[in-house]
Amino acid sequence: MQVTSTVRNPLVTGGKTIHDITEDVCRQVEGKPTKSWMLVLSMALGALTIGGYALAMTLWEGIGMWGLNKTVGWAWDITNFVWWVGIGHAGTLISAILLLFRQKWRTSINRAAEAMTIFAVICALLFPVIHTGRPWLTLYWPIPLPNAFGSLWVNFHSPLVWDFFAISTYFTVSLVFWYIGLIPDFATIRDRATNKISKAVYGALSFGWDGAAKTWSRYESVSLILAGLATPLVLSVHTIVSMDFATSVIPGWHTTIFPPYFVAGAIFSGFAMVLTLMIITRKVYKLEDYITISHIEMMNIIIIVTGSIVGVAYLTELFIAWYSGVEYEQYAFLNRATGPYWWSYAIMMTCNVVSPQLFWFKKIRTNIVATFILSIVVNIGMWFERFVIIVTSLHRDYVPSSWAMFHPTLYDMGVYLFSFGLFFTLFLLFAKFFPVINMAEVKSILKSSSEKRN
Amino acid sequence: MKEHKKQYWKGIEQLTEDPHFVAKAEREFPEYLPVGEAAGGDGSEGTTRRDFLKLMGFSVAAATLASCETPVKHAIPYLNKPEDVDPGIANYYASTYSEGGDYCSILVKTREGRPIKIEGNKHCPITRGGTNAQIEASILSLYDQHRLVAPQIKGKKAKWNDVDKQVVAGLKKAAASGKKISIVSHTILSPTTKKVIDEFIAKYPTAEHVVYDAVSYSGMLDANQECFGKRVIPSYKFDQANVIVSFGADFLGTWLSPVEFSKQYSLGRKIGTSRKTMSKHIQFESNLSLTGSNADNRFRIKPSQEGVIVAALYNHIAKKTGAIETISGSGLKDEKLKKAVAFTAEKLLASKGSSIVVSGSNDPAVQTLINGINFALNNYSSTLEMGLPSYYKQGSDQQFNQFVSDAKAGAIGAVIFYNVNPIYNTAKGAELANALKNVSLKVSTNIVKDETLAHVDIAAPDHHYLESWNDAEPIKGHLTLGQPTISPLFKTRQVQESLLAWAGNGTSYLDYLKGNWKSSFYNAQVTTFGFQAFWDKCLHDGIYQHGGMFAALADSVSNMQDVAIGGQVFTPNLSKAASSIAKNYKENKKGTELVLYQKIGIGTGYQSNNPWLQEMPDPITKATWDNYVTISPALAKSWGLKMEEGIFTKKAKLTVGKKSITAPVMVQPGQADDTVGLALGYGQKAAGRVANELGVDAYPLISSINNNQSLAATDQVKIELTSEKHEIAHTQTHHTFMGRKTVIQEATLTEYKKDPGAGRFHPMIATSEGKKKPSEVSLWKGHEYPNHHWGMVIDLNSCTGCSACTIACQAENNVPVVGKKEVIRRREMHWLRIDRYYSSDADENDTTGMEEPSANPEVVFQPMMCQHCNNAPCETVCPVAATTHSTEGLNQMTYNRCVGTRYCANNCPYKVRRFNWFKYHDSDKFPDNLAMNNDLGKMVLNPDVTVRARGVMEKCSMCVQRIQNGKLEAKKQGRKVEDADVNTACASSCPTDAIVFGDMNNPESQISKVLNEEQPERVYHVLEELNVSPNVFYLTKVRNKSKNGKKDA
Repeated sequence: MQVTSTVRNPLVTGGKTIHDITEDVCRQVEGKPTKSWMLVLSMALGALTIGGYALAMTLWEGIGMWGLNKTVGWAWDITNFVWWVGIGHAGTLISAILLLFRQKWRTSINRAAEAMTIFAVICALLFPVIHTGRPWLTLYWPIPLPNAFGSLWVNFHSPLVWDFFAISTYFTVSLVFWYIGLIPDFATIRDRATNKISKAVYGALSFGWDGAAKTWSRYESVSLILAGLATPLVLSVHTIVSMDFATSVIPGWHTTIFPPYFVAGAIFSGFAMVLTLMIITRKVYKLEDYITISHIEMMNIIIIVTGSIVGVAYLTELFIAWYSGVEYEQYAFLNRATGPYWWSYAIMMTCNVVSPQLFWFKKIRTNIVATFILSIVVNIGMWFERFVIIVTSLHRDYVPSSWAMFHPTLYDMGVYLFSFGLFFTLFLLFAKFFPVINMAEVKSILKSSSEKRN
Repeated sequence: MKEHKKQYWKGIEQLTEDPHFVAKAEREFPEYLPVGEAAGGDGSEGTTRRDFLKLMGFSVAAATLASCETPVKHAIPYLNKPEDVDPGIANYYASTYSEGGDYCSILVKTREGRPIKIEGNKHCPITRGGTNAQIEASILSLYDQHRLVAPQIKGKKAKWNDVDKQVVAGLKKAAASGKKISIVSHTILSPTTKKVIDEFIAKYPTAEHVVYDAVSYSGMLDANQECFGKRVIPSYKFDQANVIVSFGADFLGTWLSPVEFSKQYSLGRKIGTSRKTMSKHIQFESNLSLTGSNADNRFRIKPSQEGVIVAALYNHIAKKTGAIETISGSGLKDEKLKKAVAFTAEKLLASKGSSIVVSGSNDPAVQTLINGINFALNNYSSTLEMGLPSYYKQGSDQQFNQFVSDAKAGAIGAVIFYNVNPIYNTAKGAELANALKNVSLKVSTNIVKDETLAHVDIAAPDHHYLESWNDAEPIKGHLTLGQPTISPLFKTRQVQESLLAWAGNGTSYLDYLKGNWKSSFYNAQVTTFGFQAFWDKCLHDGIYQHGGMFAALADSVSNMQDVAIGGQVFTPNLSKAASSIAKNYKENKKGTELVLYQKIGIGTGYQSNNPWLQEMPDPITKATWDNYVTISPALAKSWGLKMEEGIFTKKAKLTVGKKSITAPVMVQPGQADDTVGLALGYGQKAAGRVANELGVDAYPLISSINNNQSLAATDQVKIELTSEKHEIAHTQTHHTFMGRKTVIQEATLTEYKKDPGAGRFHPMIATSEGKKKPSEVSLWKGHEYPNHHWGMVIDLNSCTGCSACTIACQAENNVPVVGKKEVIRRREMHWLRIDRYYSSDADENDTTGMEEPSANPEVVFQPMMCQHCNNAPCETVCPVAATTHSTEGLNQMTYNRCVGTRYCANNCPYKVRRFNWFKYHDSDKFPDNLAMNNDLGKMVLNPDVTVRARGVMEKCSMCVQRIQNGKLEAKKQGRKVEDADVNTACASSCPTDAIVFGDMNNPESQISKVLNEEQPERVYHVLEELNVSPNVFYLTKVRNKSKNGKKDA
């Protein structure tokens, strides 16, 4: 029986006991896959296959399969990359920054959010490799490896090299952080396992967790250290990604506001994606008592805040373009809003700036359906934000003779679909075989004494 | 425990101690093993497990090796090294390009016996080292798979002996029957070839030589015949003219001798500290031509107005000068036209004796009046030399028409098509094809399979001109030699040799040529002793001035003007011309009119199977791989047609009389209202894989005027828009420079005279210490250039946009052709492009309005290639350091290191980097990339330049291979590098010397002088405010008018 505080609303509702938590979470792992899970997985695998064909053709024939041209050298590829990296911000933010701030409500969402982060970063990492002309070399040439080419070294001036460091560090830390958190829960599953295979697999995964006080102490310390490490990374990754653009000379890219603006945008889209996934998981896995309306509301509030930061950034860009007196900068922003790609700018503005403001209404921000729809709208908006930045800046820059339009091909779309297929396949496998809620930590926020029973 | 000694037997033999067994018991494999034998042993001794393993190892290794396919390389070393060929070292041979009267003296660069590049011959006083796109591209036509590889009889391969037998029999039969034998050719510049034809005619007295030109100058020749008693074209000196007036003559692009005229024109237009004046150029035309786009003043007229306007100008000038009588005519009523004529006349009269008036018309009446104007202005012998005629065009339309009617009537017994394709390139093609059924012997000597081939019995293919001996006399007394630069690739035979053979003369053409030069030229000169020395010198130089000095050559009537004033020589039939003009031209005729034209790259279409030329953006429209109906923006507006993204358009049905075609529509600023333009040279059926079915054939739409071919159709022309959609492959879809002064800086001559820095834009950066020049605000320390610092200056005032440099660069640097679809996707690979901008009437702050060009825009051409920035934005962003800065100021690409992130291309403010989206070489997907996708085509590749792999970035290298070569040459000679050692392909091809390349560290170099002494005020960097500090500089464009953007008149 759960004990409820008189002053605070419980973080877990429904009067769950510690055993209930174990049962509720492990049920999914131990039970047979449900029909709906199988259906969704087959859809994800379908997307992976169709997208895989597009990807294979791109790798076989060359980047020419996409719609890029002499003027627009990046479009969907880097849009997708930045979009996925952005999405990959929420998990670590939730588990690291909220851990440091002792936000206990994070415990029921951090596992899935972190998983999402890792899968999103995997999807993101796909693009910098496959978007290059010779991906088989891109796999290792941008790494400063000792080599047999004499003094040949990577170019440390290049933001792409910084990207490599930033993202690989972020990915490694996120992965380790996520895995450390999983260990006690794996141990729980191991201890409950009835068949040999489960026992062996989860036994191996739990690294011999014994649940001793010393082990718990270490677990806490490691979590804290990793949280400390991960926190600056949350800010640095998108800062560095934004430098791909900010350090260039292209009007619309060359903007000092990019680092904070990108980080805010990343958190914005990350939270939206977490919401999208959590609302589904919560419903399908019947976890309404763990992921409550107040969780959703909290996240919606973060979305209002970050969405508004993004909105202010958009307006600042426009102001600075006017204030700078730079002809090209002014034209770049005028062209964004009124040029041939005005529609993408309009979508971006509507989805990112206008739509989150609806969350000011309590009714909307506590409404599951509205939240779900808006979370998707936000991510559409954020995809278009990157598209607007990348394509509309490139397609009309300095020399008008080279101005061109970009039209995506089926292969552009196919590769994007592939990343979705990959993401959802990984997430579904995670949701089936890993505990989607951090049992150990959620248990810690159940008050079991000193207060009135209900 | 007691030890248990169990014994196991290997078999019953061991138990019985069979002696046979015992003998082998100690062996590991007592039974018979076949390996021993295989290893050479006898099976008993020496075959051990080790041997077996060795053998197995060897077999596996051998099998593995055998399964690796060894690529077969067809590199055959010289067994005996030819004397002149050193692997890796280029040889240059002087030769001559003369195709259908188009002339250029050239140097052919060969490597290991393969011609790979054409350069202009600087010794030639006519073309003076210039080339044009067609000439540059002709090197690829040598390696065209579409060439005929052997003679054919009735479509089957044959032997030359059989061909000769059949032809001679046929000719004899024709001669015996008294029927005509016609040799049909384009203009032949070669005096020796003419002699061969004369010999042929002597042998077969019924033979005649029919000369026609696909785009005819017959009317002009006829007018000159009438006016001067000679059917020739004068030589022109545009450099001597202070005022140039052209009525539809595209003399910088396609008219007569564009290389020569471009050179002359640019000389008259060069300005600098020492020369602050330039010629004034006024153009009247319907289509926006290359020449018109360079004019200071351009008036849009309908072709039906041309005669009236010329007549009005004539009368104006005749009246003012009194040198010649006026003609009757109603005069002009339209105020605008009146003003235009008065303005032109005023300019011309102010430059009497140093002006030039030309017309592209093929109407003898118009040409007569043009002659009259030039005569009245005293221009003969100053800017036009009748006594020093040029022979570029000699065709006669009447003669050709007579030939067709003869053929129809069955009066012709044999016809030899001497490198012509009349079935395609005349208006009477279909008629002729029918008539040829009446001719019993039909021979074609064309080098490629073309439309005419299907209608002849015998194909006796000529060599390509780079495989041939030849000579040419483009201007009286100026002779050039053409020499083969490679042994014939196929079983072809030089056409002159064929004619000689058929005339019963067994000498080789080389001997014949030498013989003719000996008798005609060597014997007439005194400076060189010994024919061999004379021949060697002529061959080496490529040129020979017959009779010594060029100018002194003018014959007794050289001073035409003086003689003419006596009323002796200039004898125009003015009343005939006047009545003809009154009949054929009207000032305000209603209805649409069509003007056919030649594109700069494709011309009449004889080289249309050349993918370089097809992919070369038309200098004006920037379209590739197509022809189209150009319409005025006003017509487009009335149709509600807008070219979305500059690419998507619709087709229109164009009807001329009874003939109609359907072609895509192109909205062309500068197109005269109520006129449409259409290029010749497209819509071929048998031109080869590149050109077949590309565009529409406009030849059937050619009409006639006064019995001469007319490219303008003024009657019964209708154009209707259809709903059929079409995409035109443009390389530039945005046509104005949006008022961006850092891109284009221009001034008028008046302004320039006041201030040489007029039109310059000086961006300033606001800092805490006040405004500063961009170069003073930098994060960069800068590079040191201890030895050389290569740079380039491009004079926007000299560049005519002709695009010779684009093709020269393509040939030099193995730039791939990507095909129409890929150009539509904006992926052409040209390292050097020419940006063409139109002016706009809109206010500079109206960014949407600025996108619309004016109805009659001013045009500026800006060659754009890698700017080799000293603070290069591309260099910093490459993660793998594949693009770096050299110690000589070059921005260099290391293809091997490139992984293809395209970050550099995105960060290039000039957008000059090109990415290999696909594998363009050795690929079935790019069959039009002839130079890289078949063994024959690959012979044209420059071995000094890597063919780039898929997925890597490329761009202009400033011809680094040429730089290296020049440096080595200087090093071998132990001296410093001079200007003459190194030049880029673009600069050396330029017929107007608009591009100057050199070492900026060398104060003696031309570039240093231009930058520091001659033009310091005009020099600017494109996008200076970015302070990327390019090593490519531009000089402001200066127009000879009082106010930019406005008409003087």
